[in-house]
Amino acid sequence: MRLDDCTSLFPKLPGAMPVWHGIVNEKDLRELCEQILQSGGKLVALWGSDETGRDGHYALHVGLVSAPGMLVLTLPVDHEKPHFPDLSDIFPAADRMQRAVADMLGLYPSGSGNHRKWLRHAAWPGNVHPLRKSFDIATHFPIGEDNYPFVAVTGHGVHEIAVGPVHAGTIEPGHFRFSVVGERVLKLEERLGYKHKGIEKRFEDMTLQQGAKLAGRISGDTTVGYAWAYAQAVESITCTTPPPRALWLRALFLELERMLNHLGDLGYLGNDAALAFGFAQFWILKEDLLRMNGELFGHRYLMDIIIPGGVACNLDNAGLLRIAETLRHIEHETAILKGIYDEHAGMQDRFLTTGHVASDLAAKLGLTGLAGRASGQAWDARAQFPCVPYDQLDVYMVTHRNGDVAARVTMRFEEIAESIRLIRQILKQLPAGELLSPVGEAIEGNMGIGWVEGWRGEILVALHAGKDNRINRLHPHDPSWQNWPVLEHAIMGNIVPDFPLINKSFNLSYCGVDL
Amino acid sequence: MYQIIRQILRTGIKTEAPPQPEDALRNEVQQISAQILHHVGRALAIRHVDAGSCNGCELEIHCLNNAYYNIERLGIHFVASPRHADMLLVTGPVSRHMEIALKRTYDATPDPKLVVALGDCGCDGGIFGESYASCGKIANVIPVDVIVPGCPPTPTAILQGILTAVSSCKTPQVLTSGLHNSKPSGSS
Ligand code: SF4
Repeated sequence: MRLDDCTSLFPKLPGAMPVWHGIVNEKDLRELCEQILQSGGKLVALWGSDETGRDGHYALHVGLVSAPGMLVLTLPVDHEKPHFPDLSDIFPAADRMQRAVADMLGLYPSGSGNHRKWLRHAAWPGNVHPLRKSFDIATHFPIGEDNYPFVAVTGHGVHEIAVGPVHAGTIEPGHFRFSVVGERVLKLEERLGYKHKGIEKRFEDMTLQQGAKLAGRISGDTTVGYAWAYAQAVESITCTTPPPRALWLRALFLELERMLNHLGDLGYLGNDAALAFGFAQFWILKEDLLRMNGELFGHRYLMDIIIPGGVACNLDNAGLLRIAETLRHIEHETAILKGIYDEHAGMQDRFLTTGHVASDLAAKLGLTGLAGRASGQAWDARAQFPCVPYDQLDVYMVTHRNGDVAARVTMRFEEIAESIRLIRQILKQLPAGELLSPVGEAIEGNMGIGWVEGWRGEILVALHAGKDNRINRLHPHDPSWQNWPVLEHAIMGNIVPDFPLINKSFNLSYCGVDL
Repeated sequence: MYQIIRQILRTGIKTEAPPQPEDALRNEVQQISAQILHHVGRALAIRHVDAGSCNGCELEIHCLNNAYYNIERLGIHFVASPRHADMLLVTGPVSRHMEIALKRTYDATPDPKLVVALGDCGCDGGIFGESYASCGKIANVIPVDVIVPGCPPTPTAILQGILTAVSSCKTPQVLTSGLHNSKPSGSS
């Protein structure tokens, strides 16, 4: 099957984003993946579902993006021989996603050399698959043995440093195993899944309305991104179009969320390079923005204000002025701080060449989002596949090629500047009118896709509709899936004390992938 | 250097007055004597443990260190090891994959110790509840002194919870057992 034919052969899903969905066999799946790779495209997400109640088989779904938009391919998987072709030789990023599908659904990649578990630790046995429909969410197993087979590095003078799951700072739990010689890191192996709390299973049987609240809590720092992607998915399966004002406000919230996270990260990056002044300054600006959010929209992080069909809050003229004034202040201060960061020899010494990811490695491993753009991977759904209102804002995509901590710092400064520009445009052009459209009925068995460029990278929400406007299956995909494995490469050859700095420059989500 | 000093002077002092303790936040009978609290309250070392949150609660914990809340001027600081801590500040529902790590962290914290559970998830399991993968609220796994509801609770609410835990209860209650020996309910 030819990739070029897909957009004419497969139906385009209703909704804001260009997404085509087709059912394929094993051969076509691999061929199309190869063509996507050759055409410069990439893997966005891979997930499975249990369709045995409906048509007697399981299904594997793969979300791929290339120039025309997103292609979602569904492969029926036999319930007696639940295997699918390994895709990790084409897209290395597929490896952990496939292992998660094996843990959660019992569908196995044939031909893959990596059969280690991923999301499962010791809370349930290996022959139990929580996302199968026959599994009851309340089932309780005694904690067993984890016995995760870490890769051992041997050689003269090699020793291991094991860190976590409880880390030294206020960060999320995960385990990092460094193999080092002296101070230099030979290899880092990550073990995640500590925060797995059954989110995907929890979604099943929620109503489309109830799901919005949970979607906003998949990764709290990206609550707007997820809430918008979830709303898009619901609006896609129910053929709902939110009013223009709601869409413009959503973009305002998404850009505010980007600014919040970038400001916070710039502060911590200063702190991790021993410039506490940077933390103090940026976190004042972040707090100013948080307080503005709280006053204007009732929540400092904007949780629960994007809902299916529209938004749950409005903005009046006084609010417009308040935002404009806050932005003016942040723009002014950030410019001063950028000058200080750029001129500070000690900081630049820590930032430059540290945690380097070359462009070709980034392309091969599928490094995405902000970190990808810092390594020459020019993908930004706001610029390339703009939905309303981005189609009228002419988003400037920031990219760099150096791929080190310094590049990821610069990305953040420049993206803050662009978000400020976008918000000003939004405030100027914000259309009047309704905030909410009534949400239609979902047809059982249909799939809806939400796809939003969050501050970290692209968020995908795949929603499979059940009976009576309920969720049959929901898979949220965080860009951290792609980027965590690249962090293992970024640290190689660096010294252990630079790990916190490199890690912070990626700032990946743990809960977003542990689910 | 000149630029940095100029910026510091331009910024001025942002720090605001801290909130007062609130007895309504207490979860259990007070388990540390008033005398110890008196000392701890002046130099409190906190170990934060994320036991399975959505990371929203962590965002607000970070804010405690910003210049507005400036938690360190109250003698409160975050430490890298439970062995250095007087208090555990725990978020999440407790995922079952973090259950053992949380218990071990609790055991590694020297007595007498305090536990503050953060967020709706920490207080009652929140939206994630109890399931094959989640133990629900923190008190299902380790004893909890003070709970701070909210999703996420604001930095002021968190600070109030911390200050409540280190202040003496205004309505004295009888200690039923020793320090945190009570068996947590519903833990597996
Ligand atoms: S209380 Fe809210 S913010 Fe905190 S972990 Fe739970 S869902 Fe996240």
